[in-house]
Amino acid sequence: MIINFLIAAVLAGAPLVLATVGEIITEKSGNINLGVEGTMYIGAVASLAGAVAAEKLGLSGFGVAAVSFIAGALSGMITSALFGFMTISLRVNQNVVGLIITIMGTGIGNFFGELMGQGAGGYISVTDETKAVFSGIHIPGLSSVPVIGELLFSYNGMVYFSLAAALAAFFIIKKTKIGLKLTAVGENPYAADAAGVSVTKYRYIASVIGGALCGLAGMYMCMVTNSGVWVHGCISGYGWLAVALVIFSAWNPLKSIFCSIIFGALMIMRLYIAIPGLNPFIYDMCPYIVTSIVIIITSIRKTGKDHIPESLGENYYREER
Amino acid sequence: MEVVLETKNLCKSFGAVMVNDKINLTLHRGEIMAVLGENGSGKTTLINMIGGIYYPDSGSIYYENKRVEIRSPKDADRLGIGVVHQHFKLVSSMDAVENIEIALSDKEYKNKADIRKRITDVAKKYGFTVNPDKKICDMSVSEKQTVEIIKAIIKGAEILILDEPTAVLTPQESSSLFNVIRSMKKDGKSIIIITHKLQEVLDISDNVYIMRKGRYIDTLKTSETDENELACKMVGKTVTLQIARTSYEKKKTVLSVHNISCLSDDKTVGLSDVSFDLKSGEILGIAGISGSGQKELCECIDGIREVTSGKIKYYAEEGNFDITNKKPEWRRKNKTGFGFVPEDRLGMGLIASSDMVDNMVLKSYKDEAGAFLHRKKAADIAKYLIKKLDIATPGIHTPVRMLSGGNVQKVLLGREIEAGRDVLIVSYPVRGLDINSSYMIYNLLDEERKRGTAIIFVGEDLDVLMALSDRIMVMADHRIAGITDARTVTKDYLGSLMTDTKGQVI
Amino acid sequence: MENKKEKQRFARIIKRPYISDAHSLIIRVIAFVFSFIVVSILLLCMHFNPFNVFAVMLKGAFGKEFLIRETVKGTIPLVITATGLSLAFRMKFWNIGGEGQILIGGIAATAVSFIFGRSIPQWVLLSLMAAASIIMAGLYGMIPAVFKAKFKTNETLLTLMFNYIATQLIVMLQNTRSWQDAANNFPKVRMLDFYSRLPRVFGVHIGWIIALVMLVLYYFYIQKTKHGYEIKVIGDSMETARYAGINASKVMIRTMFLSAALCGLAGFLQVAGADGTLSESTAGGVGFTAIMVAWMADMKPVRILIMSAFIAILNRGAGNLQTVYLIPSSFANIMIGIILLFMLGCEFFIKYKVSFSFMSGRKSSAINDKGGRYDY
Repeated sequence: MIINFLIAAVLAGAPLVLATVGEIITEKSGNINLGVEGTMYIGAVASLAGAVAAEKLGLSGFGVAAVSFIAGALSGMITSALFGFMTISLRVNQNVVGLIITIMGTGIGNFFGELMGQGAGGYISVTDETKAVFSGIHIPGLSSVPVIGELLFSYNGMVYFSLAAALAAFFIIKKTKIGLKLTAVGENPYAADAAGVSVTKYRYIASVIGGALCGLAGMYMCMVTNSGVWVHGCISGYGWLAVALVIFSAWNPLKSIFCSIIFGALMIMRLYIAIPGLNPFIYDMCPYIVTSIVIIITSIRKTGKDHIPESLGENYYREER
Repeated sequence: MEVVLETKNLCKSFGAVMVNDKINLTLHRGEIMAVLGENGSGKTTLINMIGGIYYPDSGSIYYENKRVEIRSPKDADRLGIGVVHQHFKLVSSMDAVENIEIALSDKEYKNKADIRKRITDVAKKYGFTVNPDKKICDMSVSEKQTVEIIKAIIKGAEILILDEPTAVLTPQESSSLFNVIRSMKKDGKSIIIITHKLQEVLDISDNVYIMRKGRYIDTLKTSETDENELACKMVGKTVTLQIARTSYEKKKTVLSVHNISCLSDDKTVGLSDVSFDLKSGEILGIAGISGSGQKELCECIDGIREVTSGKIKYYAEEGNFDITNKKPEWRRKNKTGFGFVPEDRLGMGLIASSDMVDNMVLKSYKDEAGAFLHRKKAADIAKYLIKKLDIATPGIHTPVRMLSGGNVQKVLLGREIEAGRDVLIVSYPVRGLDINSSYMIYNLLDEERKRGTAIIFVGEDLDVLMALSDRIMVMADHRIAGITDARTVTKDYLGSLMTDTKGQVI
Repeated sequence: MENKKEKQRFARIIKRPYISDAHSLIIRVIAFVFSFIVVSILLLCMHFNPFNVFAVMLKGAFGKEFLIRETVKGTIPLVITATGLSLAFRMKFWNIGGEGQILIGGIAATAVSFIFGRSIPQWVLLSLMAAASIIMAGLYGMIPAVFKAKFKTNETLLTLMFNYIATQLIVMLQNTRSWQDAANNFPKVRMLDFYSRLPRVFGVHIGWIIALVMLVLYYFYIQKTKHGYEIKVIGDSMETARYAGINASKVMIRTMFLSAALCGLAGFLQVAGADGTLSESTAGGVGFTAIMVAWMADMKPVRILIMSAFIAILNRGAGNLQTVYLIPSSFANIMIGIILLFMLGCEFFIKYKVSFSFMSGRKSSAINDKGGRYDY
C-alpha cells in the first residue's frame, strides 16, 4: 500500500520536476516566465499530435514515442522563444507576456485537442502499443527485487529522464562556468555584460531550454498521466504549481525533485489515504492550499531572499539611461 | 609619445539632446588624462562609447592608429580598454575570483587557483590590498573598486578609464588610489580619469581634457594651469567658488537627540547610540562613507523609521515635544515644522509619474477633511515655486520625472523648505546637479539658515561640507565618530574619522 | 586590431525623442492588421477561408438583435472585473485571482438565494445577494493582500492558488446534496429560482447599467479621492508612500478588498443575471481575460469599456464558429493571444526607432569619417 502510494507520488511528481527544473533554468537567467501552464498545454497537444501522426506514418512503439518527445520539446522551445522575443527583444513586461502565453497556450491545447478529436470522430487516442511504451519499464532481475526494485526500477522512461534533467541542470548551474555566467546574468546583467557575457544570448538559450522542459512536462501529462488521450483542461494548474515549486526549491534543481514528489503525493493522496469524516473533495483542494501555506511560510521566514536571482523579472537594455 | 587611443567626431544623442557633439580626444601611452566637466557635460557618455556600452551615432574610434568598431564591452576588452564605471559592475553574490572568472575566456586561465594567484600578483605589483575570496556584497566601496581595477588589469587593459573614482572614497583612500594610478603609469599604462573635482585634476593628471554641455572645450597641460582657469573653462564663465556662510546669532536648541538606536532595512544595526543637539540657524554637516547610518538618522528624525531606543526632543515655539516615533500623521496634526529632502528624489521624495500639483500635496493631502482630494491650493503653491525658484517646466501638469535633475531637486527642496520652518534635513542635495544649480542650492540653504532654520546637511564632498556647515558630524559604522567645528577642522582629520569604527565622541 | 567577426548587418535601436499621436496610432493599427493577417494564415492552414470565418464571427456577435444582447451580456463581467483588477494593478499589486473572486461572489449570491428563497421581498433579496457576493469576495481577496502587506508574500502565486481553491469549492458544492436539485442527484448546483434573478432593461439584465455606474465610480475614485491618490503614490514607489506617511498596508488591504469585491459583484451578475446557476464555468476565464483588458486599457475607464466589448465580440464570434464550422470555441483565446502579442509588441516600435545599418570594419571607415551611416 505505502509502496504503491510512493510509486504513484513519483509518477505524479515527475511532470512537476520537469516543469520546475525548466522554470528554474529560465529564472536563473533573470527571466520569469509565468507561461509554464500554457507551454505545458502546447507541449501536451503537440506531443499527442506528433504521436498520432507518427502512428499514421506507420511507426510504432519507441518510434512513436520519439516523435512525440521531439514534438513536445520542440513546441515548448518555440513557445518560449516567442516569450523570449517578446521580453528580451521587444522588452514587454514579463508578467504580462507570461499570462498571455498561459491564456493562448490553454486555448491552443484545447483547440487542437478538440479539433483532432472531431477529426477522429469523438475523441482522440493513441494505440495501445504506444500507450505501452509510456507505461513502466521492466528490468529483469532488478525490477522484481521487492520494495527497492519496485521503488526504483518500475517507472516509465520519462521519470528517469526528468530525474536526469534535474541532475544535469544542478550540475551545470552549480559546477560549470556556463552556470556561473548564467547566474551572473540573472543576478546582475549589467555586470555580466561588462564582463563580456552576452545577456541576450544567455537569456534566450535559458528560456528556450526551460521551455523545452516545460513542453516535455506537458507531454508527460498527456501521454503518461492521461495515457495518450486528450482531456479538456488536462494541465489543471500543474504549470502554476511548478512556478510555486521554484520558490520552494530555492532555485535548486536537486531540491525541486523532493518538492515535486511531495506535491505529487498531495495530488494523488485522495486515492490512497482516507481520513474518516473528511469530505473527499477537500483532498483535491489540498495541493493548492498547501502551496498557499508554503508560499506564506516561505515569505515569513524570508528563505527565498537569499536565492532569488536579483534581476528576476527585469528586462535588460544596455543603453537604458 | 605614441598615440594609443583617438576618437574622431564622436556624436551621440539621446532623444533630442545632443550629449556628445563631435568629440575628438587623443590619449598617449603612459599618460594620465583627466576628463573634466560638470554633471551632464557628457563625460560618462563619452567613456561609455569607448567602453562599448553605447554605440556612437556617428564618428569613429582609433586604437593604435587603426580604426576599430566597439560594439560591446567585450570588444573594448579585446582591445585592452578597461573601464571602471561609477556604478560597479560586479555580481554581489559572488566573490572576487568568480567575478573575474566570468570575465575571462577559458583560454585565458587554468583554474580558480590560477586566478587567485594573479589577483594577489597584481595587487602586490601595484600596491593594492584585497581578499580574493570575499563576497562582493561584504566589501566596502573601496574594496569593490579595487576588484574592478584588478579585473581590468587581469583582462589585459592597457588603457584604464575610471569614472568619478573618488566620489565614494575617503581622502586617505583617494590618495592610495592615486598612488596605484601613478605606479600603473610607470608601468606604461594609459589612464583616463573622469572627474569634476578640480583639486584632483591638479594632483594626478598630466593633461586636462575639458568638456561642457556635450562639447569639447579645451585641452590644457596640468602643470601650466590652475584651479581658477579650470573652473572657468568647465563652467563657461567666471565663477566664484565661494559658499556663503552667514553667522546666525540667536541660537537656541531646537532638536536634541538622546542615545537613539534603530534597525536598517535588512534588520541589521541602522544606528547605534547616537546623540547630538541641533541649534536654530546652524547647518550641521554630516560626513561619512555612504551607508554609515546617514539615511537611518534622517528617517528617524523625520519619524518614518522606528527608533528602538533613545529619545528625540523637539523644542518649538509652542512648547516642547517628545517626537520619538511620532508618525508623519501626528506631526501634520501638531504642525511641527520639519522638512526632509531624501537622497532618492524621484524614488522617495516625489511621485515620479505625477505632476507638480499632486507632488505638492504629498505630505498635506490629509489636512483637509472629507474623502476628496483638494488640489487648488497645491496648484497655487506649484505656480509660486516655479516663479520663486525659477523651475524650468512646460507647466504645472508635466510629470516631474520629465524634468531635468536640477529642476526635480528644486521642486522637492521648494516643497520641503515651505514645510521645514524649524528643522530641514537635506540628504545629498546636489548629487548629479551642475555647478550653477549646486550653488543655487547652497545659497538657498544659507538663506534658510539666516531665517533661523536648523539644517542637517548630509553630504559627500568634504570641501563643500567644510565651507557651508557650522559644525560637521562624522558618522562611521552607524555611530558618531566625532563632531567638529567646520571652520577649523582639516580634511585629513575628517577622513580619519570616517574610517574610525570605534566611535569616540569629542 | 580589426574586429574579428565582421558583422555585416547590424540593427540599431534608438529611443524616440518624441512621437506624434498620429504616428503611434498608425503603428498600432498596423500591428492590429498584422495580427489579423497571422490569424488568417492560421485559418488558411486549417483550410478555412478567413474572410468567411470573420464574417461568421461578426454575424455571431451582431447578426440578430438577440445576438447583440448576448454580446452585451458578455461584456458586462469583463468590464466589472477589469475595473476591479485595475484598482489593484494601479498600485502594482498583481491580482491574478479575479477568476476565483468571481466564483466566490457567485457562491455567496447563490447561498443567499437558497437560504432566503421567497421569504423576503425580491429587491431585498437581490440586494442581500449583491452585498453577500461583494463582501465574501472582498474578504477572499483580502487574504493575499494581508500576507503581502505583512510579509511581502508573492501575491501573483497566492491569488492564483486561490483560483483553484475556489474552483474546487464549487466542485464540492456540486456534490453537496443540499445544493443539488431535489429531483435528481446530478453533481450540479440547482438553478436559481426566478425570484432571485435580475430584472432586465432593454432585454439585458441590469448588470450593464451597474457596469457603467462602476466605471464612472472608478473614474472618480481614482482621480478625485484621497484613496485614489494613495493608490497612485503606492503604485509609483513604496518608498515615497513611506516617506509621505501613507500606511501602505492599510491601503493595500483596502484596495484589494475593493478589487476583489468588484470581481465578486461580477460573479453575482453572472449567477443572478446571465447564467441563472452556479457552475465551474461561472467565471469562464473572465478573470484571466480581464487581466489583459485592464493591461491593454492602461487601467483607464473608457478604454476598459472598449477593450471589453472587443473581447466580448471575439468570444461571441468564436461561439458562432463552433456552431457553423465546428471550430472549437477555444479559438477565441488563440485570437485574443495573437492580437495582444502584436499590440504589446508594437509598443516597442512606438518607444524606439530601429534602423539597420550595413557596416563592416573596413568599409565603414569611409562612411563614418563623414559622420554618416546607411539607413534604410
